[in-house]
Amino acid sequence: MISVHNLSKKFGKLQVLNEFNLEFELGNSYALMGPNGSGKTTLIKTILGMVIPDSGDITVGSQSIQGDVSYRKQIGYMPQIGHYPANIKIGQLFSMMKDMRPEIKNYDLELVEAFGLEEMKDKAMGTLSGGTRQKVSAALAFLFHPSILILDEPTAGLDPIAVELLKTKIKKERAQGKLILITSHILSDLEELTNRAIYIYEGEVFFSNTIEELKEITGESKFSPAIAKLMEWTLKKKSKKTILNHV
Amino acid sequence: MFKLLKYALYDILKSRFAIIYTVFLALVAISIYQVSDDLSKVSLSLMNIMILFIPLISAVFATTHFYNNLEFIELMLAQPVKRIHVFLSQLLAVVIMLSLSILLGFGLPMMLWGADSSLLTLLVVGVVLSSVFAGFAFLASVLTRDKAKAIGISLALWIYFSLVYDGLVLYIIYSFADYPLEKATLALVMLNPVDLGRILMLMQLDISALMGYTGAFFQQFFSSGSGILIATFALVIWMLVPNYLATRVFRKRDF
Repeated sequence: MISVHNLSKKFGKLQVLNEFNLEFELGNSYALMGPNGSGKTTLIKTILGMVIPDSGDITVGSQSIQGDVSYRKQIGYMPQIGHYPANIKIGQLFSMMKDMRPEIKNYDLELVEAFGLEEMKDKAMGTLSGGTRQKVSAALAFLFHPSILILDEPTAGLDPIAVELLKTKIKKERAQGKLILITSHILSDLEELTNRAIYIYEGEVFFSNTIEELKEITGESKFSPAIAKLMEWTLKKKSKKTILNHV
Repeated sequence: MFKLLKYALYDILKSRFAIIYTVFLALVAISIYQVSDDLSKVSLSLMNIMILFIPLISAVFATTHFYNNLEFIELMLAQPVKRIHVFLSQLLAVVIMLSLSILLGFGLPMMLWGADSSLLTLLVVGVVLSSVFAGFAFLASVLTRDKAKAIGISLALWIYFSLVYDGLVLYIIYSFADYPLEKATLALVMLNPVDLGRILMLMQLDISALMGYTGAFFQQFFSSGSGILIATFALVIWMLVPNYLATRVFRKRDF
């Protein structure tokens, strides 16, 4: 569904993504991991068109992301921290998002109802707490039945009840065969919600396979020690990629 | 595009700043009207205040507005809308808000106590200067990644066009006092939107007689049709160029 071909991006002298290649397919749920500054967010932002790559291309469906913006109709995006104009009310924000996709008439209001946002629709965005804003971001990401969901640290800042509601929703969408891409530093969430792991290190794909495969390669039976081992390997040597292939 | 503009405008017009700015301008206008009954004196005083403050407030407000809305701009970029529309909606919303504040703040007292052609020119010059300096501010904002730096650049441009430039012009005039300088000064005026606005205003008043031979030359130039056309053209260029450059940078900017 999403293919990334030879993507390169430099910020100043820093090579953030280096000849990057990845495939994301419908029906899978991906955990995007990597240390801070490894290029996770840059990758997501490039897919969404916020960062313009130096070279390489991304196709969503069969459509290149350069030029036409209509591919973004298929993507529901939940940012890490949602900032909205202070004087706009929740209801207006939702109608604005609906205005931008006039041809979609069928809305997914499950999260709106679960979070009780309908009752708050006359509150201005500026008066909301950080957690409520995250709820708004989450509800917006799911609103248009997108076939691709990109969630950047979805559970950060939410209260435990909201986290459970959101996780249930993600699992439900996953069961419907959607493509889900999650970044998080909370490994237990990732283990629960995803079936494939992608580990990025210094702008290159260090590991990309199923979680079972990850456990097998690292010889760990649990997810977090397996990731910890992967991190150790990246720190030891850069040539680990070939060793992984032998395994 | 218009949908985006509608919501951007809704947000900005309800902001506390828009209300305070309008009230401030209205208070300035009312107090000046109370001091004098002579319309030309009123417009001269208003002009002196406007030419100093409107570029400053426009530049600082537009920069802070851009940075305060940065995350929201990011969110918009992830939606199925064109980049250029996201940018233009933010820019237009700022320009429309600043212009409306001037038109209301200065315009309402004018409707109450009367206005002449110089006061109407004042309104037009105010709107033009707002958009020029909003353009500078947006350009500074898209070129940097730091709010403080962007405000610094906007302020530097304001200081340059409002204060430093006049000093340079005076220095040139004194240094070359032995030569006929009317055309050179005219050209120098065109290179500064603030001066251009000021001269356009002054030409509406009778005080150009006080400005000596250069004043007479300016009077002749700005009262001729082609002179006004050239001045208008120069102001339009000043409005378009920073905004156009900012749009171009924005199209390639990473968020």
